[in-house]
Amino acid sequence: MNSILSSVLPAPEDPVLSVIFACRDDPSPVKLNLSAGTYRTEEGKPLVLDVVRRAEQQLANDLSRDKEYLPLNGLPEFNKLSTKLILGDDSPALKENRVVTTQCLSGTGSLRVGAEFLATHNKESVIFVPNPTWGNHPRIFTLAGLSVQYFRYYDPKSRGLDFKGMLEDLGAAPPGAIVVLQACAHNPTGVDPTFEQWEKIRRLVRSKSLLPFFDSAYQGFASGSLDADAQAVRMFVADGGECLIAQSYAKNMGLYGERIGSLTIVCTSEDVAKKVENQVLLVVRPMYLTPPIHGASIVATILKNSDMYNDWTIELKGMADRIISMRQQLYAALEARGTPGDWSHIIKHIGMFTFTGLSEEQVRLMAKEYHIYMTYDGRISMASLSSKTVPQLADAIHAVVTRIA
Amino acid sequence: MASLMLSLGSTSLLPREINKDKLKLGTSASNPFLKAKVLSFLLKPSRFEGITMAPPDPILGVSEAFKADTNGMKLNLGVGAYRTEELQPYVLNVVKKAENLMLERGDNKEYLPIEGLAAFNKATAELLFGAGHPVIKEQRVATIQGLSGTGSLRLAAALIERYFPGAKVVISSPTWGNHKNIFNDAKVPWSEYRYYDPKTIGLDFEGMIADIKEAPEGSFILLHGCAHNPTGIDPTPEQWVKIADVIQEKNHIPFFDVAYQGFASGSLDEDAASVRLFAERGMEFFVAQSYSKNLGLYAERIGAINVVCSSADAATRVKSQLKRIARPMYSNPPVHGARIVANVVGDVTMFSEWKAEMEMMAGRIKTVRQELYDSLVSKDKSGKDWSFILKQIGMFSFTGLNKAQSDNMTDKWHVYMTKDGRISLAGLSLAKCEYLADAIIDSYHNVS
Repeated sequence: MNSILSSVLPAPEDPVLSVIFACRDDPSPVKLNLSAGTYRTEEGKPLVLDVVRRAEQQLANDLSRDKEYLPLNGLPEFNKLSTKLILGDDSPALKENRVVTTQCLSGTGSLRVGAEFLATHNKESVIFVPNPTWGNHPRIFTLAGLSVQYFRYYDPKSRGLDFKGMLEDLGAAPPGAIVVLQACAHNPTGVDPTFEQWEKIRRLVRSKSLLPFFDSAYQGFASGSLDADAQAVRMFVADGGECLIAQSYAKNMGLYGERIGSLTIVCTSEDVAKKVENQVLLVVRPMYLTPPIHGASIVATILKNSDMYNDWTIELKGMADRIISMRQQLYAALEARGTPGDWSHIIKHIGMFTFTGLSEEQVRLMAKEYHIYMTYDGRISMASLSSKTVPQLADAIHAVVTRIA
Repeated sequence: MASLMLSLGSTSLLPREINKDKLKLGTSASNPFLKAKVLSFLLKPSRFEGITMAPPDPILGVSEAFKADTNGMKLNLGVGAYRTEELQPYVLNVVKKAENLMLERGDNKEYLPIEGLAAFNKATAELLFGAGHPVIKEQRVATIQGLSGTGSLRLAAALIERYFPGAKVVISSPTWGNHKNIFNDAKVPWSEYRYYDPKTIGLDFEGMIADIKEAPEGSFILLHGCAHNPTGIDPTPEQWVKIADVIQEKNHIPFFDVAYQGFASGSLDEDAASVRLFAERGMEFFVAQSYSKNLGLYAERIGAINVVCSSADAATRVKSQLKRIARPMYSNPPVHGARIVANVVGDVTMFSEWKAEMEMMAGRIKTVRQELYDSLVSKDKSGKDWSFILKQIGMFSFTGLNKAQSDNMTDKWHVYMTKDGRISLAGLSLAKCEYLADAIIDSYHNVS
């Protein structure tokens, strides 16, 4: 039989997944997986928020609900509430009806739909992403038809922001180029610009007519405050210029598998917003027609009910606080052991992830001899640590740092 | 630009004290500097200024016009979703049961793997081919959970574009409106094979075979597994055999769109007959599935793309490439609909209940077809043969009405349908059959 599919090659393996599989296959009873970006409790278990379960029960009890197709741009109630969450209730852009919001499949889906829209309608097809950035960013943008370039971001010497390099690279970008900015809790480094640095970035971006595309995957999850984590985005929107924003509810509402997020496009006029909305639908329709209802209904239920909203903010702060506490514990543990080097970046960084500063060789040794798994860039997920496992991690870091310089 | 930077100097446009709980960025009214900055942006031309409005979606337009109509006799036959006799949306009882079970169990919400829920993938392939089928036993099917039919078709289209550059997809004339959009967006070239014969209001079988034969060797032939949308006209079993023959002869790759398994005849196995025929031949082929209609899970977006390969090794490699396409599109698929399907199919009682509800839905549509036919025959004295209504199958029917006649249906009778003469039987109740018959007879005979 004539086979044409036999010639299809195997796809290269995803680097993060290969670490996860290696950990899975490790028989050691003390193995620790610090590579995956999902929150774990102190007991090391996945968490479904109480308020999410309540919302789901409420939805199930509502017999008037059906499963009819959503509109192409998703659940209208969800879209309104999601935009308000990131922009603030009193955002002038909202009042002036120049904001287009489309429910999409979490952060990835929002980025992809936005990128496809820009590939067709933005004059400049170059998109700048931070170096380093989330592993999936370059693939999403390339497949959408954009041309990916990098701006300097992480400084390995200071384990902080290479602000000078960032401003230089953005300053040299062609006018109209798109710039991806992670709104808070930078993945993979954990390094965020300060408020003052954001202001300088904003001025530069606007002066060069660059188009900001925010990736907001951790609102509320980074500092514990929804408003504080939206500062950078709101700063840009407040100056009246255009921008795109991809939001995800995977982490801050623990809705990972429900794939719920939204793409917001802030335009300069209501008229332009109408045309933009219309064209975004053309991207969505041949991709998956309409988005899935379940996650959107959960988010809308929680955001519109003030009691549930408050309960959510408490659970959200609980998660953020636990992560901050893990940072403090790890730092203290390394200090107590007199581990060579400056480890203060662990408490300076923010969000789920931190670049430890470990080299690839050290990372491999961590896996091989200490059964601790992280991605080869030295990134660990603080959300996967607990008070019980911090000492184990500190011991291992101490050991590899003293064995391999 | 440099002067603009200088003039801003060290003036902050925002309050220096940041109150974490109530962040106020200052309104333009209170800060004249900010007001000037905002105005300058609002006066600047938008980079999206030149965007034009896209043409309205024809099917959505029908529903909107229906909503706006105040006439008491109005009937919406444009809808592509099942309605009860009371013309209400329907959530299957077995789906509610599965959702309650999922809530009681307290399932977590962790990311699915890129290829989707394993239990769902297993269940969906088994439903399609039959549990003991050789293609499954030999692990030759690459199955990926997709975003209903559309999402699954899109994954396959992207695979074709990447690994079969230049290969064409040949689609039926007519076909579901979104098929062309999917292939256009995926940059896969397409052409059409003859399908609908307006003279017979039936299948132009000879035209279909001739056009498939003429397609360049190795083309992908898009076939509707059952309940062809929009015509309702399916090949007979004998015709399917001949279609398989010509496809094999030309080394074409069959590409099935199976959106109505179980929903067309009421039987899951019967509706999978065409797909299984091709599997028997040992061919390599694609099948996109959807659970929108047969499990009423429209908004949950649950379906799958299956690629039947010549070996287990090829299937593994194809699966890895499908994953590679899904990852930068949405990372991994939504869990809710997949769990519902897996729970329903995995439980003997719920699976039986599902089959009964599906028979009920298909049965209602068949009953309505019969009633419409009976009304037409008793009211139309011209002797016109209306039996095509009974021969067609599934949610949709091509009435044979042309655009002017379809317009008359809407303008005079407030019956909403698409301009190609398609009506949705799912949106028709027994109580409305006589009225519809009157409308069709009037439009057919008195409008040209």
